[in-house]
Amino acid sequence: MSDWPLLSLLIFTPWVGAMLVFVLRRQLSTGLRLALPLAFSLSTLALGAAVLSRFDPSVTSMQFTENYPWINALNVHYHLGLDGLSLILVLLTGIISPLALIGTSRNLRCPAIHGSLFLFLQGSALGVFLTLDFFPWFVFWELSLVPAFFLIKLWGGPGATRAAYQFVIYTIGGSAFLLLGFAALYAASGTFDFIELASLARSGVLATKLAAVGGFWPQAVFLGVLLGFAVKVPLFPFHAWLPPAYAEAPTGTSMFLTGVMSKMGVYGFLRILWPLFPVPLHAAAGPLIWLALGGVVLGAYAAMRQSDLKRMVAYSSVNHLSYCLLALFAVASAGPSNPAATTAALSGTLLQLFNHGLSAAALFFCVGIMENRSGGKRGLADFGGVRTAAPIFAGFCGVALFSSLGLPGLNGFVGEFLIFRGVFGLTPAIAAIATLGLLVTALFLLTFWQRVFHGPAAGAGLKFRDLDTREVITLLPLLLLMFALGLVPQLLTGLFNPLVTAWATTLP
Amino acid sequence: MNALPCTIYVSFAGALLALAAGSRSAQAARVVALLTALTSWGIVLAAATGFVPAAGLQDLVNVAWIPEMGIRYHLAVDGISLTLLVLTGLAATAGVLFSWNITERTGEFFALYLALIGGVYGVFLSADAFVLFVFYEIAIVPKYFLIANWGSTNREYGAMKLVLYSFAGSALVLAGLLWAYAAGQGTGFGLPELVAATGRLSLPQQMGVFALVFTGFATLAGMFPLHTWAPTGHVAAPTAASMLLAGVVMKLGAYGCLRVALPLSPAAFALFQPYIAWLAIIGILYAGFVALVQDDFKFVIGYSSVSHMGFVLLGLAAANVTAVSGAVFQMFSHGVIAGLLFAVVGRMVYERTHTRQLADLRAMSLHRLIPFAAVVFVLAGLASMGLPGFSGFPAELTILIGTWQTRPLWALAAAGGVLIAAAFTLRAIQVSFFGRTGTDRCDTPIEPLPPITWPEKAGALLLLGATIYLGLSPDTLFDWIRPALQSPYFHAILTGGLS
Repeated sequence: MSDWPLLSLLIFTPWVGAMLVFVLRRQLSTGLRLALPLAFSLSTLALGAAVLSRFDPSVTSMQFTENYPWINALNVHYHLGLDGLSLILVLLTGIISPLALIGTSRNLRCPAIHGSLFLFLQGSALGVFLTLDFFPWFVFWELSLVPAFFLIKLWGGPGATRAAYQFVIYTIGGSAFLLLGFAALYAASGTFDFIELASLARSGVLATKLAAVGGFWPQAVFLGVLLGFAVKVPLFPFHAWLPPAYAEAPTGTSMFLTGVMSKMGVYGFLRILWPLFPVPLHAAAGPLIWLALGGVVLGAYAAMRQSDLKRMVAYSSVNHLSYCLLALFAVASAGPSNPAATTAALSGTLLQLFNHGLSAAALFFCVGIMENRSGGKRGLADFGGVRTAAPIFAGFCGVALFSSLGLPGLNGFVGEFLIFRGVFGLTPAIAAIATLGLLVTALFLLTFWQRVFHGPAAGAGLKFRDLDTREVITLLPLLLLMFALGLVPQLLTGLFNPLVTAWATTLP
Repeated sequence: MNALPCTIYVSFAGALLALAAGSRSAQAARVVALLTALTSWGIVLAAATGFVPAAGLQDLVNVAWIPEMGIRYHLAVDGISLTLLVLTGLAATAGVLFSWNITERTGEFFALYLALIGGVYGVFLSADAFVLFVFYEIAIVPKYFLIANWGSTNREYGAMKLVLYSFAGSALVLAGLLWAYAAGQGTGFGLPELVAATGRLSLPQQMGVFALVFTGFATLAGMFPLHTWAPTGHVAAPTAASMLLAGVVMKLGAYGCLRVALPLSPAAFALFQPYIAWLAIIGILYAGFVALVQDDFKFVIGYSSVSHMGFVLLGLAAANVTAVSGAVFQMFSHGVIAGLLFAVVGRMVYERTHTRQLADLRAMSLHRLIPFAAVVFVLAGLASMGLPGFSGFPAELTILIGTWQTRPLWALAAAGGVLIAAAFTLRAIQVSFFGRTGTDRCDTPIEPLPPITWPEKAGALLLLGATIYLGLSPDTLFDWIRPALQSPYFHAILTGGLS
């Protein structure tokens, strides 16, 4: 099995499953319509485990590479590879996807078509994390929008049509300029390969070749690529699409969007923008860091102002992902001045990616349960005293809230601590302002906790049915991981420590 | 290879046969038309398998026709014409399949249809400007009758407008060619001879010749502001004719620009180049915005065609191998995708619901009534948006790369066009097929609409297969197109860019 194309299998097993489920949708029994997508979705976890067992953390270059020529006219290669960064995202996808499917499976309209679209989405996300050539990478990047659009539109809430349209148009708006950026890079270098482009960028050749166009255009290329990723993360002020899309999406899709898809943008920053444009990013990081700071602080404030729980969690996602960008921009702007702080900030970023995936997915699922129990209500004021009626649910949701809040002992703490440790070492003033975000986050998450779970049972909190087995199965793995990674973060950091150290030492 | 001229003769013979068969039974005419389309497409595909792209322009027939004027019946093929011949065969076959339900004067319909196809094959095979012109005229006449007799909405107006524009365009072409021939002491109408004749003129005269010939061909390619015939004509035409109009006939114009107009005078082209590029960009953006606010489903597709042809013209204007090969690729890709979109809108939806108003369609939950059409339209829409994995993407990507090399600003404007295409296509998908989705249950089918028939399915799968195949394996066409552009004939105009 050692010479199997594991990465191709990772990507295409969900796609094959999607095709199969779609074609057989009328022949399948009711049970199989739910079980078959789940089985294919679990393939990522299984194959991810196989990759994990053969993965060598001490190697900082790409592993499990597959590289075949594909389109000669454009020098396109089918190039796959995996390093620590890709690996943790693959594992995250493997964990979140099946849980999101289990989380939605009750009373779902057209479960076979839903499952098929979901598998298609899952495979596309994996493709983004594993592909190292722009052409195939962009295939996955863009095609992931299609199932996401239909999942939101067809299974979402009352405002889903608008939310889905807005989501796709925003993202394609960013991607169009990303595409232009890569057209320019290709025109300058004759390759689409991320690794080749990165080594050209390291030696300065890429910048020289781009500069041949003259004028403002070399910067425009950088800005185009930046815009594509900034919309996807989203970086403040490009976040307007996110709250409606997450809030209107059905529970499982929200879990996947926030757990996995929101990582695609940050991944793009780390894998593509930073290595390809080290110098422009260094120059632009000063202003950009304020945008990331805006996301941290204003995202938290906006979350505090929400009366709709799902939108609150959505805004908290903006806040949490902005920490990742804050750290990256701090590192890029500071340069190689403080290697220890740089390493801390980057490790924190990768941890935060994973941790946010766990806690945000769990929170969206909890809000989904509340919506489901109360017949569609999800206002902050609609619930009260849920703890009395549903102690298990309160416990589970509490753990997710405190994980998101960054309580020591749970996973969220380690990532945010490292980010603050790093950013403080690089730009203390920014770190100081960013703590405002922490404070406000604590405020709104505690408000959530207090209003919904404490006090006398009121509103939809009366006779709140406690978790059933399916819901426990969905939440329990996430909770266990929150504890495990909170207590033994080495489980994860061990996978990418050498990689991060290598990044920190090769800074321009 | 030498069988390629037979595509023309087979199509014309098929037209006569269809006319004869139609007087007996409609079914016979359909079968004749399908067999004719398949035969000529088969000839093209057979020639394609043995085609040597590196050999450049390869003569097929070259005999004297009107020796007094040096006019020769000269047919030849290179990678560019082969690409468009394959497209013609594909679109013609799919068009017959989507016209299977025509019951009124079926024989005449298919006769005109096949005559149009024969003319198109002739244009793509001609290596002599006069011969090209003759086939070009042959292709125009059947269009009028097809629209005026079998069309819908405002068909007389649409047909008349389309034909007037076409004839005006070809009059300009003819005037320009005669001017070059007469004033430049031309020795014949072969393309190299005409280029030589034009070269003997003064620069202002060259500019005049170039402006006439280019404007003439660009009208048919739907260049802004001479595009207005296209949306009305496409909307009025019966489905198969819309498919051919948008899919193939607009390419005649673009092909004429590339094959005849641009090489005539490289000096004049260099002067007009930025204006052509900006008109193309305005066309991309303007038609895109207009498509965004249409209430009639078919007008959305009609304007989207104009917008996509803007990419072709932009690629030609950028004038380097990358951009022009992208433009030719886009001709093929748009031919397939536009055909598919018109097939869904005109045949699958309109002939079942008898409305094309988006407001009416929104209320119908079409995705449950005709799920096959919904899936096809979604896929065709994605292809039309230029999503990777479909043929539109390599085309637009190469055009972007090439225009960036010539003028980054043009590429930036074109990227805006990509975004607008996404916006109007997504709107069309969402309003037309998925207007009401809140309450659907997929296990309780409701079927008041007639089901999708087998010819529709076959036609749709054929076109979908082509766009996906080329999206995944664009080398198939690039391997034909690029060597053709290396020929000395195109060398003089491919000057754009840094590298």
